[in-house]
Amino acid sequence: MHIHRLEKIWLGIGISMLAIFLIVLGTMAFSMGMAPPSQHHHTIDPAKVSETAPFDKPGLIQTGDKRYEAVMVAYAFGYEPAEKLEVPAGSTIDFMVTSSDVVHGFAIVGTNVNMMIEPGEISHVSHTFDKPGEYLLLCNEYCGTGHEYMATTIVVK
Amino acid sequence: MKPFDRKDGKLVLAHLLFAFAALLIGGIAGALQGMVRGGTLTLPANIAYYELLTAHGVLMALIFTTYFIIGFLYSGVSHTLGGQLLPAARKLGWYGYLLMSVGTVIGVVVILLGKASVLYTFYAPMKASPWFYIALALVVVGSWLSGYGVFYQYRKWKKGHAGKLSPLFGYMSVVTMLLWQVATIGVAIEVVVQLIPWSFGWVDRVNVVLSRTLFWYFGHPLVYFWLLPAYICWYVIIPKIIGGRIFSDALARLSFMLFLLFSIPVGFHHQLMEPGISPFWKFTQVVLTFMVIVPSLMTAFSMFATFEMLGRSKGAKGLFGWLKVLPWKDVRFFAPFMGMLIFIPAGAGGIINASDQMNAVVHNTLWVTGHFHLTVATSVALTFFGIVYWLIPAVTGRVLTPAMNRRGIVQTIVWCVGMFLMSGSMHTVGLMGAPRRTAYTTYNDHPDAVLWMPYETAMAIGGIILFAGVLLIVWNVVSLLRAPKGETEYPIGEPADKAEPTPRFLERWGMWLGIAVALILFAYTIPLIDMLNNTVTSPGYVTW
Amino acid sequence: MPKKEEPSLKGAFASVLILGAFILISWLGVFALYLIRN
Repeated sequence: MHIHRLEKIWLGIGISMLAIFLIVLGTMAFSMGMAPPSQHHHTIDPAKVSETAPFDKPGLIQTGDKRYEAVMVAYAFGYEPAEKLEVPAGSTIDFMVTSSDVVHGFAIVGTNVNMMIEPGEISHVSHTFDKPGEYLLLCNEYCGTGHEYMATTIVVK
Repeated sequence: MKPFDRKDGKLVLAHLLFAFAALLIGGIAGALQGMVRGGTLTLPANIAYYELLTAHGVLMALIFTTYFIIGFLYSGVSHTLGGQLLPAARKLGWYGYLLMSVGTVIGVVVILLGKASVLYTFYAPMKASPWFYIALALVVVGSWLSGYGVFYQYRKWKKGHAGKLSPLFGYMSVVTMLLWQVATIGVAIEVVVQLIPWSFGWVDRVNVVLSRTLFWYFGHPLVYFWLLPAYICWYVIIPKIIGGRIFSDALARLSFMLFLLFSIPVGFHHQLMEPGISPFWKFTQVVLTFMVIVPSLMTAFSMFATFEMLGRSKGAKGLFGWLKVLPWKDVRFFAPFMGMLIFIPAGAGGIINASDQMNAVVHNTLWVTGHFHLTVATSVALTFFGIVYWLIPAVTGRVLTPAMNRRGIVQTIVWCVGMFLMSGSMHTVGLMGAPRRTAYTTYNDHPDAVLWMPYETAMAIGGIILFAGVLLIVWNVVSLLRAPKGETEYPIGEPADKAEPTPRFLERWGMWLGIAVALILFAYTIPLIDMLNNTVTSPGYVTW
Repeated sequence: MPKKEEPSLKGAFASVLILGAFILISWLGVFALYLIRN
């Protein structure tokens, strides 16, 4: 099959560019710890979330110097714990989230925290909050009539 | 010039008119949604935003598209594979139409009764009325019958022309419907095996991760089901309309086979932010996704080459002199061309969306909505609109008038202006974090959300302009039905004179299908086994 | 047998290079956003 010289060059350039994108993304994901969220597979019975540790006591736990674990439950139409999370600037929060009903989103505006919360699954993501402020955490996956009200904030001092 | 077969014409027209009726109703829903989000409208209590959104998605992305595509494909199959549909093929076309239409009506009624506000992706464990899922199943099964009609006509043509290369339109139609057949198996299993029994209450719980995976196994090739017919127009029809030749028959066929291979084993790039799928398999399907970009890069070159060769044959000089000799004032070219041009930002956005962890920047934001309004709602839609100006006259024994042509140009420009405003704002405000599929809110006047409002207003204005565009195209379609009688040729392009014969391996259907299936098994087997072994099931909920 | 002359497709080539540049620049833009927000 004859392919015009310039088309061959074009496809060479195009494919090389795509290959470079993939190499960058793959290296970041597998050698630099920047993979998509929920790298490890953890399940839970979605009908028993309120009875299953640690989700029976959602909240913020300090796990080290400037390191916190946030155990949260997404539900229609809010997040537990009801009290806003507060951490000092420079803190890293390891979020551990599940849903007690339908699929929800978990997105912190202005950051790369953006993941799906699914009943039966536990979602994980970590973020270091360098800048102080009140970060908007919202549900960006349609979950029912109250979807547009489902949000909270994270206060970074 | 033999006129288009009358009986076949009725079948084609039935599909086109149903498609535009769906576009109109879906367009009304879309305009209302835009105004709600822009803060300029509050809906009366008994109409929910999410109900409208479900109707908009289903009517635009499933009904308008599927009906138009099947009508268009049947027209080309009739014209190029024998000049007339065989009785069995025509019957399959009508049975498919009937089944799909019954499904559509049931589905729309159930949605407007508020029993299926689950959006067109109907993610479990939100549980709609079983009649919603039954309606979807009827549409899908109906479309299978339509596909079998295309396959049947093609096979008979091949038997009657042993050893000959099949006509390009017919070949591409078979690839399209084959892709559809393989892709819809996933959603059919999800709907029939998982969701219908569960929504009837015969089964208590549903495996959510599995249902989403089955959906997106279907959901990605769905967009190629939309794109490939637009590519048929660009490859086969446009060269004839502009007075040029098909740049390379072989490369056109190769690009379609590459779509068959690489459109399906890639669903995970819609699930990159989800739990329950390992980063390894997410990345593997990202790599496969990037491979499906290649046939589009080939298509871009073919299109520009076709235009340049036409230009040079007319004496155009310089790097871009050929731009001047293209028939800009002919809506049959202009509308699809705008579709091609807009596919540049559309496709670029798609590459960004599929980029593994980078998807976190855009997932579930209005950027995604902006993206698919460029791809399906502009590149594909404008191409389909452009087709109508010769297809309706061809199948009804009429001719396009200069006045209708001018109105078509106007409609195309209106669409582009509205879309630039709406999709441009969506892309921008999406990067600022504004969520998609969300009714009007400022999250208690949070400063970040307040900053989104000017863009959402621009979106609303764009949406109203687009709605004007919907009214214009519907008016044009109606006018075409009353156009003056005459003969319109069905425009099928011919390959360039010096083109080499097309290699026969491109028609070894068994081989290509085999490779496609092997890739699907490679990309999905281990993750699916993991899901079946390790996931937990969930009860259903009605949260609206 | 004389070699068949390839048609001049410099304009097509230039056009796809522009398309390629568009893809590259938009991808890098979002990539930069990703890195900044990380």
